Amino acid sequence: MRVSETLRTSIRSLGLNKVRSFLTMLGVVIGVFAVISLIALGRGMQNYISEQFDALGSNLLFVMPGRMDMTADPARNFARNKLEKKHVDMINTYASEYVENVAPHIEIGEKIRYKTKTFNAGVIGSSYVGKDMYNFDVKEGSFFTKTDETTKSRVVILGPEVVKKLFPNRSPIGETVKIGDDSYKVIGVFKEKGRAYDEQVIVPYTTLSDTFDIKNYGSISIKVRNAQDVDTATKQIRSALLRDLKPDDFSVMSQKDILSTINSILGILTSFLGAIAGISLLVGGIGIMNIMLVSVTERTREIGLRKALGATSKNIAFQFMIEAILLSIGGGIIGLLFGYLASFVARSFIRAEIPIWSIILALGFSMVVGVLFGTYPALKASRKDPIEALRYE
Amino acid sequence: MYTSKNSSSKNSPILEARNICKYYDMGDTRITAVKNASLSVYPGEFVAIVGKSGSGKSTLMHMIGLLDTPSEGEIVLNGHLTKNFKENQLANIRNSEIGFIFQAFNLLQRTTALDNVILPLTYSNVPKADWNKKAIDMLTMVGLGNRLYNRSNELSGGQKQRVAIARALINNPSIILADEPTGNLDSKTGTEIMELFLHLNTQGKTIVLVTHDDDLAEIAQRKVVLRDGEIINQ
Repeated sequence: MRVSETLRTSIRSLGLNKVRSFLTMLGVVIGVFAVISLIALGRGMQNYISEQFDALGSNLLFVMPGRMDMTADPARNFARNKLEKKHVDMINTYASEYVENVAPHIEIGEKIRYKTKTFNAGVIGSSYVGKDMYNFDVKEGSFFTKTDETTKSRVVILGPEVVKKLFPNRSPIGETVKIGDDSYKVIGVFKEKGRAYDEQVIVPYTTLSDTFDIKNYGSISIKVRNAQDVDTATKQIRSALLRDLKPDDFSVMSQKDILSTINSILGILTSFLGAIAGISLLVGGIGIMNIMLVSVTERTREIGLRKALGATSKNIAFQFMIEAILLSIGGGIIGLLFGYLASFVARSFIRAEIPIWSIILALGFSMVVGVLFGTYPALKASRKDPIEALRYE
Repeated sequence: MYTSKNSSSKNSPILEARNICKYYDMGDTRITAVKNASLSVYPGEFVAIVGKSGSGKSTLMHMIGLLDTPSEGEIVLNGHLTKNFKENQLANIRNSEIGFIFQAFNLLQRTTALDNVILPLTYSNVPKADWNKKAIDMLTMVGLGNRLYNRSNELSGGQKQRVAIARALINNPSIILADEPTGNLDSKTGTEIMELFLHLNTQGKTIVLVTHDDDLAEIAQRKVVLRDGEIINQ
């Protein structure tokens, strides 16, 4: 029997039970959809983070507490955080040759209140130099000054999302908001920069550290004078800090380092989620095998008849195999379309992306599932004794 | 490949069963379905194998139709000893040399008359371009030229059996084996089908009819009577 004819026969057989065929495919549809959309979202996250870092400029270094590599325990790093004021001074003193600015960074989550309205914002404590360092654009009012920093003024610059919620349709400049129990004067509003930034408010780090009694800094950001000196500056900062700290107490990372760490974590996470989604593909395969076994039993007489009319066992096995593969590949293609649709919708929030390899992987895997789970029913069909099969009621 | 289609002369049998036996071992007991049956069918003959239910006539038909292998003895088709043929060769012979007609018609469900008749061609070497014409000719010959695209569930019992006959004839087989072809039909339709068989026989088709009905067997030129697995008269 010709391959084209087997294909035609298989499509017709599947078409005779449209609903059943579709439900059987659904397992593979969901599996492929999950694999494709999770990978697309993972890619989107990586793109998003890269963009956020690119927005900062390329000559920033970060001193983080503890060891920052794949084996590190972040909770332990922050619990044993030793970064404080004297380390900022040490960088300024011993690495001044390459360093333009140093800004400590503290971050807490706190409620911002204005009259009866509240907003859960990220409260960032930064330095007056942070404005240039992070490319923060103030669209209204101004950033705080060195004086504000040294006098620990209670002033705050709000992110645009915070303004939208607390001061709809009017300017917040000059108003007083409450962070925790203390009142802060609003002196500026940031320009939109991306969701993560837009939901933040910034106060002088000195004020935040004093008010909330925070002794250690979450990180110290350093702006290097020239981008090409980043490596030398890293070494110098490291040796400056080693005067007081042990090598395990801190890490000096460039944006590139942080990005590659985050990307590798995201990569592992995406693969892990993809693998879990892959399990649903296997479940889909079991569904196909189940229905194919039912189909073999239901069509016992047909198998007997085909053998009587000249079909060889190989012909019969091939026909059932093709049916299983059509179900799995069909499911794969539908799942791929849904996955593509989902990533298209997600693109309004995040730059989701479907890499070619994920399409090949998903379709290849669904084909393998078809072959793997179609083999047993196909062999079962081909081994049927024609006389027994013709007598089957 | 088996290639001796219709090569038998008028004097040598198309089909020859030589002392064939079929038994089934069930634990310690051996059940014999067919005992030392010898039978020759010559070109153009219309032979009826008659016997009561359980006499072994269907088992005999399955063996001469190469669907089943004898426990003992041998079957010769068109001068070829089929004993040592492999599964593929047997399938090839069933496709080109034997036309089966069953009591329950055995048409593919919800498939058109045309596609049902084409089915044996899909396993043959006939070029695809000829399939439709051959099948339409055959359906017209059995009187269903106006029912080509009706699905099997839209046909009456008599029409279904006519489709089955067209399907059996499509590859121009050497011999037609019909197992109780009127068993599921009313007497009037049954008579029409038997008339069709007679017509085919007058056109030179070799027919072996298996039936429990003595009256039906009278139509045949020769009766082979089976009792308890043994041929008692032919």
